[in-house]
Amino acid sequence: MALPPPDPQFVLRGTSAAVHTLHFSCGGQEPDVPVLFSGSENGFIHVWNLETHRADTALDGHGRKSVYRVETMGGKNRLLSQGRDQRICLWDLAEGRTSVTDSVFTENVGFCRCSLLKVAEGRWLMATAAKALEEVQVLELPSKTSVCTLKPEVGAKLGMPMCLKLWQLNCGSQPLLLAGYEDGSVVLWNLSMGKALSQLVCHQEPVMSLDFDSEKAKGISGSSEKVLSIWSLNEQQNLQVYKTHKLVNAGISDITIRPDKKILATAGWDHRIRIFGWKKLKPLAVLDYHTATIHCVCFSDHKNPSGRLLAAGSKDHRISIWSIYTQT
Amino acid sequence: MHQALTTETTVHPGLHPREVAEVLEQFLQEGRISALMWEVCQPPAQAGSPELQEALLNKIVCLPDHVSNKLQGKNPPVFFPQNYFPLLGGAIIQVLQKISDSLRGGLDCSISFVSHVLGKVCVHGRQKEILSVLVPRLTDLTKSDCIWQRICWRLVECVPDRWMEAVVLGFVQRAPGADTLSRLLGNLVVKNKKAQFVVTQKVLLLQYCHTTAVLQNLLGYLSLDSLRRALLIKVLQELLETWGSSSAVKHSPPEQQQYISKAILICLSHLKEPEIESCRQELLTSMMEGVKCHLDSNLPQIRRLGMIVAESISSKINTDGPVLKFQYEEDDEARQLKSLLKADAALPLVLESNKKSRTAAPVMPDEESDAELDSDDDLIPYDMSEDKELKTKAPVYIRDCIEVLTGSEDLDKWEATVKALESLVRKNPAATREVSVELAKILLHLEEKTCIEGFVELRQRAQVAVLTTDPIPVAKYLTSQFYSLNYSLRQRMDILDILVLAAQELSYPKSHGKTKHSGAQKPCIQLLPGSDSSKDWRRIVDERIKSKTRRFAMGQSQVELASGPNEFNSVAGHFFFPLIQHFDRPLTTFDLLGEDHFVLGRLVHTLAILMYLAVNTVAVTAMGKALLEFVWALRFHTDSYVRQGLLSCVSSVLLGVPAERLLEDMTEELLETQSWLGDVVEKDPDGDCRRLALQNLLLMENLKKKLQTLPS
Repeated sequence: MALPPPDPQFVLRGTSAAVHTLHFSCGGQEPDVPVLFSGSENGFIHVWNLETHRADTALDGHGRKSVYRVETMGGKNRLLSQGRDQRICLWDLAEGRTSVTDSVFTENVGFCRCSLLKVAEGRWLMATAAKALEEVQVLELPSKTSVCTLKPEVGAKLGMPMCLKLWQLNCGSQPLLLAGYEDGSVVLWNLSMGKALSQLVCHQEPVMSLDFDSEKAKGISGSSEKVLSIWSLNEQQNLQVYKTHKLVNAGISDITIRPDKKILATAGWDHRIRIFGWKKLKPLAVLDYHTATIHCVCFSDHKNPSGRLLAAGSKDHRISIWSIYTQT
Repeated sequence: MHQALTTETTVHPGLHPREVAEVLEQFLQEGRISALMWEVCQPPAQAGSPELQEALLNKIVCLPDHVSNKLQGKNPPVFFPQNYFPLLGGAIIQVLQKISDSLRGGLDCSISFVSHVLGKVCVHGRQKEILSVLVPRLTDLTKSDCIWQRICWRLVECVPDRWMEAVVLGFVQRAPGADTLSRLLGNLVVKNKKAQFVVTQKVLLLQYCHTTAVLQNLLGYLSLDSLRRALLIKVLQELLETWGSSSAVKHSPPEQQQYISKAILICLSHLKEPEIESCRQELLTSMMEGVKCHLDSNLPQIRRLGMIVAESISSKINTDGPVLKFQYEEDDEARQLKSLLKADAALPLVLESNKKSRTAAPVMPDEESDAELDSDDDLIPYDMSEDKELKTKAPVYIRDCIEVLTGSEDLDKWEATVKALESLVRKNPAATREVSVELAKILLHLEEKTCIEGFVELRQRAQVAVLTTDPIPVAKYLTSQFYSLNYSLRQRMDILDILVLAAQELSYPKSHGKTKHSGAQKPCIQLLPGSDSSKDWRRIVDERIKSKTRRFAMGQSQVELASGPNEFNSVAGHFFFPLIQHFDRPLTTFDLLGEDHFVLGRLVHTLAILMYLAVNTVAVTAMGKALLEFVWALRFHTDSYVRQGLLSCVSSVLLGVPAERLLEDMTEELLETQSWLGDVVEKDPDGDCRRLALQNLLLMENLKKKLQTLPS
């Protein structure tokens, strides 16, 4: 008999709306309290203190429109958030401030979450869906200068971009973008040339989420189907299907590989979190706690591996925090 | 000389009674009374006149009474019965001791005078005092001495028939165990007809006040000697005859039936294999009869008694074949009854089950840990067996539900629909009203397709929701179906349950806050533009009154109870009258007054509840009148469950109908009912019936008092 799956370590309640995005900031030095940012449907960003399990602050910067992306830029004092008010805001949270220092008006009406990549100290690239339906725009932050606009070829019929992942092989090398589209394909973009390097049809339905492991050159994507698709990138920069994994219930809204590349977690429409081993995609656990669709999963960036946490935010207004496979 | 002493109290009026009492006290304390008895037992006295013996007997036994009569309550403690009779017991032992000595010495003497004394004391109701001394002493003395045993047997045998019952019963009640009883009484039951009657008939079949220990003593005693074992089998047959007689099951009180069942179980525990073999066929026959009439009963405890006894008989007669097995609640009473069957093995049960759970508990050692070692992942998966496909969603519209419930092959969907139906109905009253009767019909015929937990309850809740949402047409439909062909008894009883639950909900003042929308269904509101506006109106008036009223009271204002119009008012008749109309018209498949008396019992109880819930409604007087007539028609029903229901009906009428209406409109019926109640209180075999009838009489009495205190 295998052990029964664990219960959540604790549960954060009080967003009073569906939770759409989560982001940990736990890598700070000792006096810094580990925090979790959550963005919810009522437009608030909550800053959760993970020691007291209480929300320290609630940030209101998106006109009560749903917030579907939060990410820190460097420490926990600089925050980027994206909302359905078509704005991406940059926050200054240092010393108790809660002010929006800058914002980008994307004019995009979709649900595609932006992707952020640190390219140098104080310099960031951000990819986001643009005003034109099929386009992706890449900006440099904090200067907000446009790096490039990625347009699919005429007649490609990819549909809207659904999910984005900016990555680079190692510091200093050329940044690349992986984008999942409405027609189920994943496209690898070269930013400097503004050109698609490779395209792979992974799903029959829109790609809801993807994540990529640059070390192993292997990625995973999920859609509204019952299938997870794992694909790899060869030396010729071609995407090819590696394997597929069949799920019990359809619909994956988010996929995250843990920073140490050992396990990955998926957020399911069936209210369940699934944990897989990343090497062979061995199913490891099904965490059944939520009572509604899970919108996002996120691993913490604790320096000490045993402190690592997994958080999941759901339509049932709750954020569940798990401690799982921390010893490996 | 002794005779003189004992007779003096009456003969010489000249002597002061107190002095006589003193002499007598001395006489007692010196132990002369045993000497007196011994004298009578010796051969010469034996020949003496029977009148003298009779007089002596009278004096000895009634001494405390005589003394206290003379001294008018100022008698010395030694003459208190609780002191005198133990003393007399001691004296008897001394006499018996002398008799035993003289018998050993080869001298003959008679014991019959002592037996007479014992018999008379017992019949005077002093068994407890005298036998509490005699039984322990005799138990000791007879343990290893056969002369003492003979003396003891003789002592009981010589008790005259008219006193035999009291003596035997006294011994049976006080003997510490069956083997002691057997030593004390010997084969008395075989030799003495009267004793046999008491033991085999009276105690077992005519009385039921004795404890289980007495039964065990008595039946154990019968089983301990081969001559008596024949009686044991005879007793068992007679017990089974009573147990299997449908008239006994119907008319005797449940306590007695339990007593008889206990006796049967104890008898069975004493029977040996060959004996069972010899009467297997008879046992089987009486078991079948008994089971039938017990299962027919409407009282659950009687049904269960029948099941337990039948199971026990069946397990005794079919040692290797299949045995009867019923489903009933295993409570203390059932366990106690069953433990009677295993003569002395009540305890090991617990031990066994403990052992079992201990061996079953250890989980298989983690075998699967090596099954996954071929993978390069060193991560051990958790149990994922719970990862099943998500349940299909329940329909969102009432009409979809109807479609799923009538035609769908998708069992998951069907299940989800059954679960969601109640809340759907309550949320959408308007949509429900469009299809209410159809929905009621579907639900009434809905059978369990898959094994859903609490299916019956879910269905019932949905039915109640439909009925409360649209009471008149649905009640009409349900009550008409109650009396139509081709329904099972279960469905008919479901109808009754639904009517009661819905009536309860309707009559209850605002059971849930969400009933706001149901206001529209009340006919009284239909004249107004809408229920909400009427509430606004009420609120505005209340506020205005509040603002203009100056309150002088200190402290908190009293919280008013939530109130609202009784929704049951306008529909009570639709629930009640169709049910009461057709009970005496048998159908081919349904005969309320005949075999289906269980449903009749439920119907009667339902009517009682509906009547009670209709309190303060307009129709209550007409309902009360109809109900009293109905009660009158059924008052001599043989089933006690039905009679209990009828008595509840009477209570409901008395409580529900206003007093003045009761007296003006139904005086005749009330008087008839009162005389019937009087009869029930005196004669009904069922304890609950008697109690209910008495309560009804008290209610009537209160009613009368209330009217008298009112100024006329």
